[in-house]
Amino acid sequence: MLDADIQLRLSRLSLDVAFSVAAGEVLALLGPNASGKSTTLRALVGLLPLDGGRVVLDGTVLEDPAERVKVAPEKRPIALMFQDYLLFPHLSAVENVAFGLRCRGTDKRTAREKASQALARLDLEAVAEARPGSMSGGQQQRVAMARALVTDPKLLLLDEPLAALDVSIKTSVRRLLRDALRQSNAANILVTHDLLDAVALGDRMMVIEDGAVVQTGTPAEVTARPRSTYVADLTGVNLLRGTGHGTVLDLGDDGRLTCASPVAGPTFAVIAPAALAVSRERPEGEEANTWRGSVSAVDLMGDRVRVRIDGTPAITAEVPPAAVDHLKLDEGGDLWVRLSPAAITTYPQ
Amino acid sequence: MSRAKWRLNPLVAVLAALAALFFIFPLVGLVTGAPWGHITSVITSQTALQALELSIIASLASTAIALAFGFPLAWLLARGQFPGRGLLRGLTTLPMVLPPVVGGIALLLAYGRRGFIGRPLASATGVTLPFSLAGVVVAESFVAMPFFVITVESGLRSMNRRLEDAARSLGASRRTVFLRVTLPLIWPSLAAGLVLTWARALGEFGATITFAGNLPGVTQTMPLAIYISQSSNMTDEAIALSLILVVVSLVVMVFRRDRSGAQ
Repeated sequence: MLDADIQLRLSRLSLDVAFSVAAGEVLALLGPNASGKSTTLRALVGLLPLDGGRVVLDGTVLEDPAERVKVAPEKRPIALMFQDYLLFPHLSAVENVAFGLRCRGTDKRTAREKASQALARLDLEAVAEARPGSMSGGQQQRVAMARALVTDPKLLLLDEPLAALDVSIKTSVRRLLRDALRQSNAANILVTHDLLDAVALGDRMMVIEDGAVVQTGTPAEVTARPRSTYVADLTGVNLLRGTGHGTVLDLGDDGRLTCASPVAGPTFAVIAPAALAVSRERPEGEEANTWRGSVSAVDLMGDRVRVRIDGTPAITAEVPPAAVDHLKLDEGGDLWVRLSPAAITTYPQ
Repeated sequence: MSRAKWRLNPLVAVLAALAALFFIFPLVGLVTGAPWGHITSVITSQTALQALELSIIASLASTAIALAFGFPLAWLLARGQFPGRGLLRGLTTLPMVLPPVVGGIALLLAYGRRGFIGRPLASATGVTLPFSLAGVVVAESFVAMPFFVITVESGLRSMNRRLEDAARSLGASRRTVFLRVTLPLIWPSLAAGLVLTWARALGEFGATITFAGNLPGVTQTMPLAIYISQSSNMTDEAIALSLILVVVSLVVMVFRRDRSGAQ
């Protein structure tokens, strides 16, 4: 069980996050670049000293600046798997994996045996004596995984473990990683950019932005009710912030929307891009939730086309590819947007 | 990765051949001009043997000094964060571009009998550096150590320091990180630095003769003995001694190329 309260002031980032991870649990840590994800991991390992807060792992205080407690990185029962693996280029796969065991006092023969077994579990017997330079990216990734898992850490930190992999092998390695995480009794933290990794591997998600936690919850909760533009962008929905009065959601300078049911106070509104109807001509009839904007970007996403429309509010709509032609979207210009009140999901901020 | 079929540009070939011959011809001259008839007696003469012994002792001592003091200096220059680091690097590597004679004069003014360090040193301990074997080692270190410092510094700079973080996170103490990760990773630079330094010390002439003088059996190293032979019209001896230096240097350079080529 990890209890962490991390306060750190760096030149470009002020980090202040608090969270817990139970033994056997996987916490997926998401956030935009430079939001403090990797910094959080480096602080947990002890490579960056805390300015405030407290880190407690299985009842042992690892760091508490107020009490002047700081356990050295090498004395912490933590393993960190780096995004770029950081395998030692001058050591073979088995020596890389045995490194941590040797440092923690295992004798040479036992360490090599355990390392060989760990490699065998990940189908790596063939490259056991090879150096990282002569391995494929996927093999290096698995050696790094074995090196992190073999010391049987109480806290396992994975910094974008799948990010550098080729798409073709990502799925199989993700499955391998999921099995390894299920078997471990460690508290696990997985830093990722990829929503699929977070959903497939994480029991819980934590989103951080600018060094602060913006949302925690199960992957289903977080993706259904995003509380940050970052998560909304990952799931591909529009996220608007406003204040509710009756059934009207006031978006401030970005106009207003009419909702199907009453809303009160500061409110988030999520709108699926496919729920928006777009046309060149002003739609007849309905007045509510109809506005005009100019096309600022058109992107193909799979078999759908996403159209960014600058207006009040600015919004992304999804249309079938055929619409690009008959709406002449590549010419830009103005579009009318219409939105049914029933298609707006609202929840308090 | 496959490359397009290699084709030789005639201009490159001619210029490269001229460059190679430029280096090879003088060696040919040494070999053909050597007094092969009585080379054994020249080489085993007392002057030659003494000079060779002094050269080897002094150059190895300078290399050891470079390792002991130059490594910490290189570490500081590569890893330290303090104002004036650039200036410090410039000052400590200046001897690489300074004429060695100028170095010798500067050494005399600092560590000579009347030097501002040498005089108090002599009165406190009775040790005087000029015109002694220690003086030879000082002169050679002054000229050669910068090569070690600059090579090791660049090795330390170009290694991925995050590998040290990785080792720490795996439970390695600072000492273990240094011995098992840092040292093996910079080993090629370290070895290159040692060889360069040793070779530069072996060939040192200007600073040595200025600071340590030319006393046969005490401070007369190979390059000095060769120069004296040459200028006193004992050409055979000069050529034979030169040949010895060439052979020793060549063995080291070829050995080094093989080692670095294998990496």
